[in-house]
Amino acid sequence: MKRFNWSRFMAILIKEFRQIARDKPSVIMAVGMPVIMLLLFGYAVNTDVDHMPTVVWDQSMSQDSREVISSLRNSTYLDPDFYVRGYDEIRGYLDSSSARVAVIIPPDYGKQVQGNGNTAVQVLVDGSDPTAARAAMSAVQTVGFNTGWEVQAERLAQQGGQTPVLPVQVETRVWYNPDMKSLVFNIPALIGLIIQNVIAMLTAFSLVREKERGTLEQLVVTPVRPTELMLGKLVPFVIIAFVSLMLILSVGIFWFGVPPKGSFLLLIILSMLFVTTVLAIGLLISTISQTQLQAMQMTILLILPSILLSGFIFPRDTMPLLLKGLGGVVPLTYFLVIVRGIFLKGIGLEYLWKETLVLATFSFVLFFLAAKRFRKNLD
Amino acid sequence: MGKTELAIDCQDLGKRFGNYTAVQGVTFQLPVGSIMGFVGPNGAGKTTTIRMLCGVLMPTEGHATVLGFDVKTQPEEIKQHIGYMSQKFSLYEDLTVRENIDFYAGIYNLTGVLAAERKRQVIERIGLNERLPQLVHSLSGGWKQRVALACALLHEPKLLVLDEPTAGVDPVSRRVFWQIIHTLAREGMTILVSTHYMDEADTCDYLGFVFYGQLIAFGTPAEMKAKENKANLDDLFIHYVEREAADDPRNKGKR
Repeated sequence: MKRFNWSRFMAILIKEFRQIARDKPSVIMAVGMPVIMLLLFGYAVNTDVDHMPTVVWDQSMSQDSREVISSLRNSTYLDPDFYVRGYDEIRGYLDSSSARVAVIIPPDYGKQVQGNGNTAVQVLVDGSDPTAARAAMSAVQTVGFNTGWEVQAERLAQQGGQTPVLPVQVETRVWYNPDMKSLVFNIPALIGLIIQNVIAMLTAFSLVREKERGTLEQLVVTPVRPTELMLGKLVPFVIIAFVSLMLILSVGIFWFGVPPKGSFLLLIILSMLFVTTVLAIGLLISTISQTQLQAMQMTILLILPSILLSGFIFPRDTMPLLLKGLGGVVPLTYFLVIVRGIFLKGIGLEYLWKETLVLATFSFVLFFLAAKRFRKNLD
Repeated sequence: MGKTELAIDCQDLGKRFGNYTAVQGVTFQLPVGSIMGFVGPNGAGKTTTIRMLCGVLMPTEGHATVLGFDVKTQPEEIKQHIGYMSQKFSLYEDLTVRENIDFYAGIYNLTGVLAAERKRQVIERIGLNERLPQLVHSLSGGWKQRVALACALLHEPKLLVLDEPTAGVDPVSRRVFWQIIHTLAREGMTILVSTHYMDEADTCDYLGFVFYGQLIAFGTPAEMKAKENKANLDDLFIHYVEREAADDPRNKGKR
């Protein structure tokens, strides 16, 4: 009597599929939402800072000052599009965020460059957004250094000396993401985040709906076993999650042009491991909450820390120990390492076995807890 | 099963939730093939008692056997042999009548030819043929009630448990429903039904009055009316309520 019964399991499975098929919003949410979300956030979550609007007060109006301005433009970080006279106007641009950077070239700039004098270009940076400010500063510093160096080289050449060579140089090579595009870093992570959010919410709703509508009360008096009900409810979501995953991966790979460098098969397998963990979370939420509203609130409670603490946006290395530890209990944290590792670095289980093990443990423990609570719900 | 065999044998059954005693000392015996009505005010403990007898809620005191199975040790066996229907008609509103019936057939482990045969019988008996492709959510209360009954009968239960099955249903549907119930009882099915309608209670073979978690009277409707010298069940009900209202034994523990 206590044995798993195939007929009961199939009855639930068929019922779930019929309900899902009839519930258009759910289908759209499961299949369409991930794609729409990736398309939206793929563009939104872009931390590349370039083409910052820049205001220029060129008091020199010389050949040399124009050269500096065009070097700034050529750096692609700054767009010196606004020309003003006076600090008041500059303040206006910065206050209203019409410009992020202000470049002030002194009146004697051209004279000092042409003669053998010294001069300084003043740069004001809007520091409200530190990331943008840092990018702007490093851009103007590079431009400044190069301009200074060129001027110095010319002077030496005019004096009949040799063109000088820098005695020490740093040569940088960027691995994995040579263009340092944040898109390449973010798309794989977004895939993980979106799959988590959509699947957790759908799963959480599925059982709570039966509670709300009173059908669970009816199921309790039938011979159906908790395992049959649980599996019957989860299997459709495994399939939905798989389809969602494939769709969202296609968008990431073909639309955004971010193909995985590593094994596609490993990516799918480990993604499904993550999906299993998320299903367990969803199930756990559904056993704790009584209404769909509660389930929704609890899902948000999961989503928020998984965005902020998982290393999705902010690198975990710089977090205070406590927050780093908190991030450690978010399954997405581990999946991000996996998915970024496979996408960007092309690494395999030889480096990712730890994260895989942690995810597997999460999924096991969460399922155990969910199943236990689920049983209690029924009894 | 012989005539004297008991469908339900309930001895001093009780349920406590923490400090709160919901049901206490319920004792009665119900012969196979009879209809027993459970009557009492809301919150008296009817549903709690019914849930214990269905093997869903574990009793904290006493013991009971249902269809020969112990409610404490054999709840799964009980679930396989009883049909249950509540006032909520817990159907899947987004499925059609046929899909609901298919679902419960599967849940009761009916397959193949047997399943098809049982479904046909039940659909015919309840008269659901024309409603099969309709979504449950578009049905009236009376039809929902009949679909719920059909789902509860698919596996030919020996005991049918109905928790306020006619609450919020129009009088005609109520009459049709009770005709089916009486036919089922004549065929040997035991029926346990809770109700607020005294006209329904009057047609039961046995009645149990539940007040404040206790079964204060049990017997045939005629016996009970004669004992308290009342002309009808409405008067009897009011008489009991007025007599018992003074002291709710469940509140004693709190003070």
